[in-house]
Amino acid sequence: MSIGKGIRDGRHGGGEGGGLPEAGARGPASPIEFRLDPASGVPTYLQLVQQVEHALRLGYLKPGDQLPKVRDVVASLAINPNTVLKAYRELETKGLTAGRPGQGTFIEATLSQVALPELAGLRRSLLGWLATADVAGLDEDGIVALFTSVLRDFHERSGGLRGAAGGDTEGVA
Amino acid sequence: MNIIEAAGLGKRYGSTWALRECTLAIPDGHVAALVGPNGAGKTTLLNLAVGLTAPTAGVVAVLGGTRPGSPDALDGIAFVAQDAPVYANLSVADMLHLTRNLNRHFDQGYAKARLGELGIPLTRKAGKLSGGQQAQLALTLALGRRPRLLLLDEPMASLDPLARHDFMATVMTAMADDGVSVVLSSHVLTELERVADYLVLLSGGSVQVAGEVDDLLASHRVLTGPAAEAGRYAERLGVVHARRGGAQAHLLVRTNGSTDPVPPGWESHPVSLEELTLAYLREPGAASLPGPARAERTEVSR
Repeated sequence: MSIGKGIRDGRHGGGEGGGLPEAGARGPASPIEFRLDPASGVPTYLQLVQQVEHALRLGYLKPGDQLPKVRDVVASLAINPNTVLKAYRELETKGLTAGRPGQGTFIEATLSQVALPELAGLRRSLLGWLATADVAGLDEDGIVALFTSVLRDFHERSGGLRGAAGGDTEGVA
Repeated sequence: MNIIEAAGLGKRYGSTWALRECTLAIPDGHVAALVGPNGAGKTTLLNLAVGLTAPTAGVVAVLGGTRPGSPDALDGIAFVAQDAPVYANLSVADMLHLTRNLNRHFDQGYAKARLGELGIPLTRKAGKLSGGQQAQLALTLALGRRPRLLLLDEPMASLDPLARHDFMATVMTAMADDGVSVVLSSHVLTELERVADYLVLLSGGSVQVAGEVDDLLASHRVLTGPAAEAGRYAERLGVVHARRGGAQAHLLVRTNGSTDPVPPGWESHPVSLEELTLAYLREPGAASLPGPARAERTEVSR
């Protein structure tokens, strides 16, 4: 009820969110916590939307999970509640979340194409490749440039990642 | 409903107009930023809305048609003046007592709970509190009145970054909980960029820009292209402000929401709120007063 309580929940519950086991123990906390990058130039509401999408892609969020409550986001980031509502509306329009009256906003759909263990495998093989590139003398910019260029070639050749993703990514993993 | 509405509003001190021909309509449910250089008329406008001073010309109404200074307006509006003034020699408890007895409604429980959360001791003299705590005390006393409109004049000018964040978090949480509308003034736009969703830009005593931040950002672009062609497009495109180098020019243009008229050979970039504000401040002749600022509705009960 009191505003102060909300601030405390927001800040402390916030600091150690991140899907740790303790987070569940303190009640219905969200697996994710928002952060803002003032220098990014990306509008605040869009940063929130992108962070949810990112968490969905990486499997930090799955259907049934609750997003942070509006007042908690407001209290911890000191931003306009309208901004949070706008982000949550956008996520709902995209079909990713649904609001439950009196409870909050919950994840409805998923964006992750592969499960967490497979993702870990892909990550390992990418790390291995990065080590090879490093030994070969490529710096970070060179790696990014090469990866972007190969991704574009792959995309053009296969006529879209989605169609070819199954076979090729399994091969890599 | 418009939380503040003014038509032809003016205030003259001696021979100087602090505010002139001010017509605007700030909708409720927003955090409205009142931005402008020192002496632009921000404090004057706030004082008129609170009822601390009377207009020389025109009319102003608050809370959807209520006269500033009337009992209903006084009950519904809380105002924290510049530098969050408190009585330095009174204890925090005395400040609470005083505020409770000077107002028709005051939520003592709420105020005490909040001060407790903030770790502000009731026995301490207000003057002995840190700047951040004094600001939080003034804010708590204002919010304890459970206002529908919270007016803040340069609320964070003297606060350090952490105190600033905590102060704003308190204001925003009150908005989330109770739907308080907020109008705050500042000459530092960056501290408001994250919270404001409505902008009123004052300059030289007049309203230069007013509107929803999203609308303003969507209706302005920066076009970058060859300086030689800049003049030709400047007439056609509604240029607010132009910066020209020897070869390259940047034009901040108003697109009026239509499809982007990007000339061939030019690049179009989105604009930030700060860039937009600076562009208008550099061009006192330019104005952008869309939608609500031109609202005809001015039912003022006098």
